[in-house]
Amino acid sequence: MHPWIGAGHDDRRNILEELGLSSIDDLFASVPPQVRVAGLDLPGSSDEESVRRSFAEMASTNTTMNSLPSFLGAGVYRHVRPSVVDAVLSRAEFFTSYTPYQPEISQGTLQAIFEFQTLISRLAGMEVANASLYDGATALVEAVLFSHRTLRGKRNRVVVAETVHPLYRSVLATYVEATGIEVNVLAPGPDGRIDPAAARAALRDDSCCLAIQSPNFLGILEDLPGLAEAAREGGALACEVVAEAVSLGILAGGGSLGFDVVCGEAQSFGVAPGCGGPHLGFFACPEKHVRQMPGRLVGQTVDEDGQRAFCLTLSTREQHIRRAKATSNICTNQGLMALAATVWLELVGSTGLREMATSCLARSEELKRRITALAGPWRLAYPSSPTFNEFLLVGPGPSSELVDQLSAEGVLAGVPTAAWGGSWPDGILVAVTERTSASDIDAFVGALGRVG
Amino acid sequence: MRRRALRTEPLIFERNPHRAGRRGYNLPPMDVPEVDPSAVLPAALIREPDPHMPDVSEMEVIQHFHRLSQLNYAVDEGLYPLGSCTMKYNPRLNEEVARLSGFSAIHPLQPVKQIQGALRVMWELGEALKSITGMAGVTLQPAAGAHGELTGILMIRKALAARGENREVVLVPDSAHGTNPATASFAGFRSVEIPSGEHGTVDLGALDGLMDEQVAAVMLTVPNTLGVFEHRIVEIAELVHGRGGLIYLDGANLNSFAGRASPGLMGADAMHINLHKTFSTPHGGGGPGAGPVVVSEALVPYLPTPRVVRRDDRFELVWQDPDSIGPLRGFFGNFLILVRALAYIRSLGADGLREMSEVAVLYANLVRHRLKGTYHLKYDTPSLHEVVFDDSIQARHEVHNTDIAKRLLDYGFHPPTMSFPLIVHGALMIEPTESVAPDEVEAFCDAMIAIAREAETEPELVRSAPHETPVRRVDEVRAARNLKVRWTPEE
Repeated sequence: MHPWIGAGHDDRRNILEELGLSSIDDLFASVPPQVRVAGLDLPGSSDEESVRRSFAEMASTNTTMNSLPSFLGAGVYRHVRPSVVDAVLSRAEFFTSYTPYQPEISQGTLQAIFEFQTLISRLAGMEVANASLYDGATALVEAVLFSHRTLRGKRNRVVVAETVHPLYRSVLATYVEATGIEVNVLAPGPDGRIDPAAARAALRDDSCCLAIQSPNFLGILEDLPGLAEAAREGGALACEVVAEAVSLGILAGGGSLGFDVVCGEAQSFGVAPGCGGPHLGFFACPEKHVRQMPGRLVGQTVDEDGQRAFCLTLSTREQHIRRAKATSNICTNQGLMALAATVWLELVGSTGLREMATSCLARSEELKRRITALAGPWRLAYPSSPTFNEFLLVGPGPSSELVDQLSAEGVLAGVPTAAWGGSWPDGILVAVTERTSASDIDAFVGALGRVG
Repeated sequence: MRRRALRTEPLIFERNPHRAGRRGYNLPPMDVPEVDPSAVLPAALIREPDPHMPDVSEMEVIQHFHRLSQLNYAVDEGLYPLGSCTMKYNPRLNEEVARLSGFSAIHPLQPVKQIQGALRVMWELGEALKSITGMAGVTLQPAAGAHGELTGILMIRKALAARGENREVVLVPDSAHGTNPATASFAGFRSVEIPSGEHGTVDLGALDGLMDEQVAAVMLTVPNTLGVFEHRIVEIAELVHGRGGLIYLDGANLNSFAGRASPGLMGADAMHINLHKTFSTPHGGGGPGAGPVVVSEALVPYLPTPRVVRRDDRFELVWQDPDSIGPLRGFFGNFLILVRALAYIRSLGADGLREMSEVAVLYANLVRHRLKGTYHLKYDTPSLHEVVFDDSIQARHEVHNTDIAKRLLDYGFHPPTMSFPLIVHGALMIEPTESVAPDEVEAFCDAMIAIAREAETEPELVRSAPHETPVRRVDEVRAARNLKVRWTPEE
């Protein structure tokens, strides 16, 4: 008897008797004999202690970002995760419940999502935000498809900055292959930024979307006002992708700078790096386009007694009502991660988020200053371009080998860019957060001195 | 039944309206020189302060979410018999192991030698899922069931393109979940419905007529959304394969036959598995889930990248492969969900997984037996892990499935699924799952019978339900008409 199965032997016998059956096999009589199997080719069951031990062993073979000074980023960041976040996420009322289709017994989840939508829309500088998407990469995809729908499918081309995360662009390529949408990639100028004039030139009569990431893959801030203007002149929607959401603590969301969509990855808001998932996609747009928005949405209403209540709304956009004509096929999303971000943002607070972003900036500037001062082969790829908390570092050799050497010197130096291609030099993306201490910075600079 | 009178909680934005300098969290100390953002960043990009974002103390946040939590129903509270959702127990051991820092605090782009344990988890889970389904290949990348469907259908598209074929249609039974047709059109196909026959299964004659050289794939749910096994699945697969199409299985209902039947033997070419259903990972109030896809030999070359491969005792990642459909999301998948699922599979093992489906089917048949006659069963075909009644008996008293559902809330149970299958009007789709004790299933049946009696004797009591929940029946029409999807300071 396994403890996760509720019926004991006698229970089973009693139920079979009530059903007038002699064996469990009778229940499976409708399964055709050609597809039946006698059992599974897997090991037998295990007790809790054995499973705990085997997982602890597997986990212990990994090198965590907490065990060495870590400068890994490229879309996944190590920010503070207050104990309050996991305490709330561990409440069964939140983590074991289903999608809140029954509002009368789901007001907790619904109100939390409503608060999430409010927080995200305010940070994005937008009117409406949805209840979440899978991650930053699929948020970019949804932004492109949203632009295509909003312009009534008449414009079949999108212009995507090369400085959008290469993995996001790869995911976009997978999705659009079947849709007839063509993707043009726009390279940055010598300063690692997209030139608005070049963006304007790249947009043609048939372009529906200009997609920009800021801070971009190289950590550099794009000229968002200029790019929004270029998109507007080209008749396309301007879509901002944010991969490092903490930047919104000091940087304006694209909505207040003329962008039509602000979307991206909010893992930075209290979600563990977790070897890449689960993370948290988000999507915000003006209210006039809300009916084209993908994913779930919570709205405020009242109950029979006139008391404020919340429920899922505009579900006529969604697959369970609209079926083949839905705005997206998304169903299960990242609800619990949206809750994590809500708890995290409310705890850190408006003041805390601004201080955190300022702290990231200061530490990153300090590290850049120390590297620049270092006599040796290491240099910043774009020394005069504005960055938030990440930058491209070029060293004396192929980036992935340098990362290995720096790892042997005791620092997780960052993400090598070589494997991703791109028109920029081969280098290491180095990310800094409020958790990067002065001694971590010393350790990094010391390791560079020994490897250079 | 609610334990206390708590019914509402203010929005966080309504707390501390004067922003009295409260703090919820202190950051690590500034041990580097301070930098004025306007000195190093373009002025036009810097944010204006937003006076309406919250600033509250730590305990206010804890109390806020504790109170909100009390407004939710949960699997831990009582039976959650949502059909096709498989709301089983979420083992606490799985939560514990997924929080080990060796899993939660690693970065997907670290050198592979630093994350061998994580790659092992993924490789072992993949092998286990292949074994459970009798399929040749697997990807763990999809974040949810619908995402898995898309992954499978895009692989089918690519496989057909490799054969030089440009088929435009995907056939979907009229009993299917809404994501099936949505996925087909999202992947650039036209979805066409296959009518159900009198037993609720695919009408083979209708399929024969529809299955032409334009059909890329047939998407089937086994057992289907009525809980009925497609007993002619082998003939269906032969028919479809014989005319050059492929079979996509929706694995949402795998909980009913794991260890009893093999999708590989059914002729499946691709099938997604909802780890948040069959393999016990939490639903989280709407995700994150995970929707790995297993495939036949024919589709293995097209599996998404990156892939985890084993070379002797080492694990590596393959990021590029020209045949692959490419990545469907960032990185490898919802990794920490994958950890939980492997912990579940290792705990149950071969014997436990088979018992799991046996008891799930046993319970559903107990519900069927106890409620038959009291509630109308449109399709009397034998069913596996779920049973679909309808409200036609109660409708004579103007009591509909929604009313029954809302009255169940007063009895302390979550309602069944009602939004589909579309072929059953007024559906009540019940899936108890195996993890509860039989007492809970019996108590649910008693409540359903009591409500049926109320529908005859006191129909207004049922029609005006719920009476005991934190809020009364919610006006969903008004939410859509007077759209308000964020708090605004004018209130």
